[in-house]
Amino acid sequence: MIEASDFLLIAPEILLFAGVLVTVVMAAFMGDKRAKTVNIAVLLFFALAGYAVFFPNRVSDFMGGMFPLFLFNEQFIEDAVSRFAKGFILIASSGIILLSWTYFKQINNQKAEYPVLIMLAVLGMFFMVSANDFIMLYAGLELQSLALYILAAFNRSSAKSSEAGLKYVILSAISSGVLLYGLSFIYGYFGTTNFAELYALVSQTQEMPMIAAVGMVFVLAALAFKISAVPFHMWAPDVYTGAPSPVTAFFATAPKFAAFILLVRLLFQPFDGLSQNWIQAIIFLSVASMVLGAFAGLAQSNIKRLLAYSSIANVGYLLIGVIAGGQYGLQAVLLYFGIYIINLLGIFAVLIALNKNDKPTDRIEDFSGLSKTNPYLAFCMMILLFSLAGIPPLAGFFAKYFVFFAAVKSGYTALAVIGVLSSVISAYYYLRIIRIMYFSEPMEGAALRSDFAVNAIAGFAAIAMIGFILMPELFSDLSLRVAADILIE
Amino acid sequence: MNIELHHFLVLSAILFMTGIIGIIFHRRNIIGVFMAIELILLSVIINFTAFSVYQGNISGQIFSMFILTVAAAETALGLAILTVYFRNRGSVDIEAETLIGEDKP
Repeated sequence: MIEASDFLLIAPEILLFAGVLVTVVMAAFMGDKRAKTVNIAVLLFFALAGYAVFFPNRVSDFMGGMFPLFLFNEQFIEDAVSRFAKGFILIASSGIILLSWTYFKQINNQKAEYPVLIMLAVLGMFFMVSANDFIMLYAGLELQSLALYILAAFNRSSAKSSEAGLKYVILSAISSGVLLYGLSFIYGYFGTTNFAELYALVSQTQEMPMIAAVGMVFVLAALAFKISAVPFHMWAPDVYTGAPSPVTAFFATAPKFAAFILLVRLLFQPFDGLSQNWIQAIIFLSVASMVLGAFAGLAQSNIKRLLAYSSIANVGYLLIGVIAGGQYGLQAVLLYFGIYIINLLGIFAVLIALNKNDKPTDRIEDFSGLSKTNPYLAFCMMILLFSLAGIPPLAGFFAKYFVFFAAVKSGYTALAVIGVLSSVISAYYYLRIIRIMYFSEPMEGAALRSDFAVNAIAGFAAIAMIGFILMPELFSDLSLRVAADILIE
Repeated sequence: MNIELHHFLVLSAILFMTGIIGIIFHRRNIIGVFMAIELILLSVIINFTAFSVYQGNISGQIFSMFILTVAAAETALGLAILTVYFRNRGSVDIEAETLIGEDKP
């Protein structure tokens, strides 16, 4: 049943949708010359949506144990984890709009449509993290993907960018096909597309029927593609390299987070009773991602490609938290992702500032000696890379600590050992960038160009990474409470 | 002979595999890959509709409608990006050398 209060409760989505309509008209009438106004309007709508997500009396709903709320005939679920995810998606996307402005100014390609596409993708992600039905899941996922296709190919005159877009469209469309094929079998056996009904039906079945198991494997494969877990990772390095840098930053943060939340919700809500069936598959994905991410990153000369492999390895660590399960495993996942998003935003801010002969560049060797010309950004980059490598006392260390600790507590010691070993290997390629930055001679023409947005975001991320140790309980308590909300008692 | 549920499932499995094989072994033109993707999505629609009749509830058919519309949008976007690609590269050949890939030593 649909009640009037449902519309109030999806205020963030309604605001974003209204925002898309308003800004697309603005973009059409104002043109690219006044693209700045459109950017500001989009940021304004993000702020409004953020206010709606954390609207005061809605926070008290959460404290008073009102969650989860089912809206629109149980199509849509509003709970702590969806709000947590929406908050981070908005933070990451706002940061990326600011960085994109800096980047596209450098190459003179400021298009008014760009922020509108980001907003559409954000709207899709909001529906993904709040989906409580396969139809809603599919609609949200596709709304997000369709916007991302265009973003990947956004530098229209660049052959690399359009190649990245084309590769992404084809592979992503295949993965949607696989997802749907899997969903059709699950629907065919259980006769429902709703998560809550599915949970009830699954917990009643004693023995897993073949047809539903096949369906679940297909669905898992498609979602592993979205989070770029090995062996479904092949698109990530190519798309990350070809897409414009701020779009790469977007790919690596918000959509991945949304897809991960979706995966966690699927595994722990409708498929919870089938954990015997999916856990082996997730263990394989996790180990393969960690090992491949750590080794393949060693030989890269392009920093975007390196970050793609680094994000594959990080997905492996995150999946350890999913395998460990329970409140503490999921707490580790949420904590890890929160820290990782802020960390990556900072790194991409520095990467966008990097240019050679006034053109953006992404070769690692162009970082050489930049600590001498721009000590502030080089220092931020050092902190952020140390954090990504997991060196104490920075936030990245605690993120890994929580994940591995949860794994050991649930009896997956071998996984934690593999995780620690691969994070030691991947530390090599992060530290190599720092070595090049601090101990090599500067290259001709290469520079880190300071800009207000870049300096602010890199500085904010670096301070957050250092400051985490001062009040870790602030964030870890929040993620623990949110994690408890995912699990159905 | 009565047409039962499993006939539909076999038909859709054959279509699905044709699509997958088409993507893997297609060696000439990217448009062919888009046709193969369309085939995969249509096989899913057959599956959903057959299951919907078998289960006696309507949501499978509604899902099919969603898939039809989204598939159309996806193909339109794919073709638009293909046009941009063609403008930059001058061909839509699959085996043309790619610009992005692993470093060659």
